[in-house]
Amino acid sequence: MGILIKTFKQSFAAAALALVAIAGCNTNDTKTQDKAAAGDSATTRDDKTILGAGSTFIYPLFSKMFSDYNAKTGIQVNYQSIGSGGGILQLTNKTVDFGASDGPLNEEQTAKIGAPVLHITQASGAVVLTYNLPGNNNNINLTPDVIADIFLGKIKIWNDARIASINKGVAIPALPILVAHRSDGSGTTAIFTNYLSKVSADWKTKVGSGGAVNWPAGLGGKGNEGVSGLVKQTPGAIGYVELIYALQNKMDYAKIRNKKGNFILPSIASVTAAGNVTLPEDSKIFLTDTDAPDGYPISGFTWVIIYKEQNYKGRSLEQATRLLKLLWWNIHEGQAFATPLNYAPLSDEALKVAEKILKSATYDGKAIL
Amino acid sequence: MPANSVLRVSYFIQIMDETKRKRKTKNSYGQIRAESLFKRTLVGIGAGMIVLVLGILFTLIVESIPSIRHLGARYLWGTTWDPVNNVYGAAPFLLGTLLTSFLALIISIPFSFAIAIYLGEYNPKGWLSSFLKNTVELIAAVPSVIYGFWGLLVLVPLVRTLEIKLGVLPYGIGIFTASLILAIMIIPYAASLGREMIRLVPSPLKEAAYSLGATRYEVIKNVILPYTKSGLFAGILLSLGRALGETMAVTMVIGNTSMIPTSIFAPGNTMASVIANEFTEADHTVYLSALIELGLVLFLVTVVINMAGKRIIKKFTTE
Amino acid sequence: MNVNVKYRVGKSKGVQALIVFFAFLITVPLLLIILYIFREGITKINWTFLTKIPKPVGETGGGIANALIGSALIVLTASVLAVPLGIMCGIYLSENKTGRLSYWSRLSVDVLQGVPSIVIGIVVYFWIVKPVGTFSAFSGSVALAIMMLPILIRSTEETLKMIPFSLKEAGLALGLPYHRVILKVIVPCGISGILSGIMLSIARIAGETAPLLFTAFGNPYLNINLAKPMQSLPLMIFNYATSPYDDWHNMAWGAALILLFTVLLLNIITKLTTRRWNVQL
Repeated sequence: MGILIKTFKQSFAAAALALVAIAGCNTNDTKTQDKAAAGDSATTRDDKTILGAGSTFIYPLFSKMFSDYNAKTGIQVNYQSIGSGGGILQLTNKTVDFGASDGPLNEEQTAKIGAPVLHITQASGAVVLTYNLPGNNNNINLTPDVIADIFLGKIKIWNDARIASINKGVAIPALPILVAHRSDGSGTTAIFTNYLSKVSADWKTKVGSGGAVNWPAGLGGKGNEGVSGLVKQTPGAIGYVELIYALQNKMDYAKIRNKKGNFILPSIASVTAAGNVTLPEDSKIFLTDTDAPDGYPISGFTWVIIYKEQNYKGRSLEQATRLLKLLWWNIHEGQAFATPLNYAPLSDEALKVAEKILKSATYDGKAIL
Repeated sequence: MPANSVLRVSYFIQIMDETKRKRKTKNSYGQIRAESLFKRTLVGIGAGMIVLVLGILFTLIVESIPSIRHLGARYLWGTTWDPVNNVYGAAPFLLGTLLTSFLALIISIPFSFAIAIYLGEYNPKGWLSSFLKNTVELIAAVPSVIYGFWGLLVLVPLVRTLEIKLGVLPYGIGIFTASLILAIMIIPYAASLGREMIRLVPSPLKEAAYSLGATRYEVIKNVILPYTKSGLFAGILLSLGRALGETMAVTMVIGNTSMIPTSIFAPGNTMASVIANEFTEADHTVYLSALIELGLVLFLVTVVINMAGKRIIKKFTTE
Repeated sequence: MNVNVKYRVGKSKGVQALIVFFAFLITVPLLLIILYIFREGITKINWTFLTKIPKPVGETGGGIANALIGSALIVLTASVLAVPLGIMCGIYLSENKTGRLSYWSRLSVDVLQGVPSIVIGIVVYFWIVKPVGTFSAFSGSVALAIMMLPILIRSTEETLKMIPFSLKEAGLALGLPYHRVILKVIVPCGISGILSGIMLSIARIAGETAPLLFTAFGNPYLNINLAKPMQSLPLMIFNYATSPYDDWHNMAWGAALILLFTVLLLNIITKLTTRRWNVQL
């Protein structure tokens, strides 16, 4: 009997090992695997769950929205904040139902994903410049060129003439500037570097924009925690974090001069103003460096990204409808949760564009909604 | 398994009886089959480990092909890591990894040797030594993400104060801080092996030295350390292996810049920390594959360190 | 002469003091860490915290039951996968001290031990998650099992090596088949060492975040289906600690305290039951 158990254990172990080994060898022909697995996943997934992944920025809002949606409909939406790039990658690999990203798909990602996708705007948020200056120095003024030169490492000290000239009457200490940036790739970085590339030719040629860039100066902190830790602990530090983060942690943040020449304090109102623009039909637009006179210049949308044709990998019409209904709810009822959590809800026009995009989703070529 | 020899004999008899009973129902051919099956399973699992590691290696290679194609060998000594322009050079991370690991080793050696000598020689028994022993083991048990948060909130301000006193740029985070955290994390490895080795020193050797009038320090210096040097070295290599791959704690306190570090107080990056930082947001094929290639390099470095360590230990122990 | 002896004795005493100082200095960081986590975490733990699933931002009263149960299930599955394999491989290596296959096998185990956890996570993603097409707790367990193996194998091998050869000879001389000698004589002799290896390997993987990021994935709801995404404690700590909200930070500290004490408790229990010097290598 003892032997039997042992033998059983061995064969089980050997089988497990073989499984791992086989899986390892088969990484190349995933297409056949996909077909084989399609039947399984269709059956195992066909209960009331929806799986999503991506942007960490939108995670708190989604957690609130989906908890409410669960209470109303009983559908469990599992959203994991693995990062925008990760969300797109998982959608490309078809391991999730939807991805969420702080930036639209770039050309390479569009080519790699191989099928038309839809970008549905969810909410927008601001990236603020937070700093640590001893003394009562809340909301100092900064201009785009000054920000670019600080992050390029050209302005090295806080009492630089260029900073002083836009902050007349404010006593700024003569501290060296310590730049803090995100070390991990993030949508926050994407929005911030997109802004800098728009306002500074120097930045565009030397660094460029992306979720992770080759920083010419400063220290990297991991996640919002890392950056805010650095800024809070180091006098003279400046960094960029999401508005919610600065508010929650009671950190100082700067007013920034926008395109129209006004110094704008980041707030839900000024972000909403920035988002109140004419959206292109695919809604793929960066809100940075807005034309709106009272719009905050460093803000951006978060999108949910789904496949336009929902009949892939053995998905049922029911699954597709469930997903679309959730997204429809997100851009309507769900928007009520945005403001209390310091996100800017969609403007009426953005909502109309999003509705239109959602309606263009198909199953077997037929409209779902 | 009873320790007493009489009980031990009766235990064998018991097993024999059991075996005989089984023989009645199952012929000896079955026993032989079971035996050979057992042996084959053992060999299979032993070989399975090799397959597993080769599988990991194979997957890493396959997934890093785009980057190898795109960048070739200059990946290794390139000093620029620029995802926007698709230029990837791993040199700053190789340097950062080596710097933090070796610095951590240097910091940890006095502590791990002191613990090993204290527990192995001065005070092998008693509540005080078992307290120390358990403490050291618990240090190895604390999850690395907890070290990271603690380091960021407690250690970084301390290092910053030190840096202000030294007159270097007070970043607080950087290679030095990462090495400190790593040193704490790897002390148990060298210490436990060192203690074990010191315990193995034959007491006649020590007694002979004492009888010649040697003091405790002289015994340690002239008898114990020379006798155990290979074991102590093995412990150091083990800690090095651990330090090389440590991810979360280092990531949180190293400063994460892709520039070649200029001093030990400068911020830097290690291979593992780059992977942890950028893997989730790698938005194009070459970028993703460059990160996986970094994992491959790390994997290979660990293999080389392990091979070298084994060779050296083997040489020392046979001499 | 007398002065010289005094000098030598003094030197010996001085070195001893130095060694004692350095040896005990190491207790300081551990105490600091434990106190820090304890201070931050203890006030957040209560019955609701342990039995409810998380609430979204701004609502009080959420708990971490999904992460506790998820962590337990994932670790249990990992152990079921890794323990038989690890012990068998440990037996193999201790029985075959020389030989080409065992040399490479042993080297592989060493290498496996040095592979960063995030790399294992990535590899398992390509092996299981991508071909199957969905994240699952099972894939997380496989990743953790791979991380457990080296510790298990090492502790089994080291323990069995210490068992006197005469025991095996006695068994074989009585005509016992080889596998019965190993399983009924050698393994029971070393069972305490093997058990401590199992406990330590569990303690080691219980706090791992990186391999679970792309495998077990996480889940805000309570889930006990291994084929679906599942929450775990380290993942939850990682997500909540990097969020902007104080509520979530508090939950992260509470969860960190639970994780730390579980891991330390596992270690202490192992110590008390086995009383054997062993560090998770």
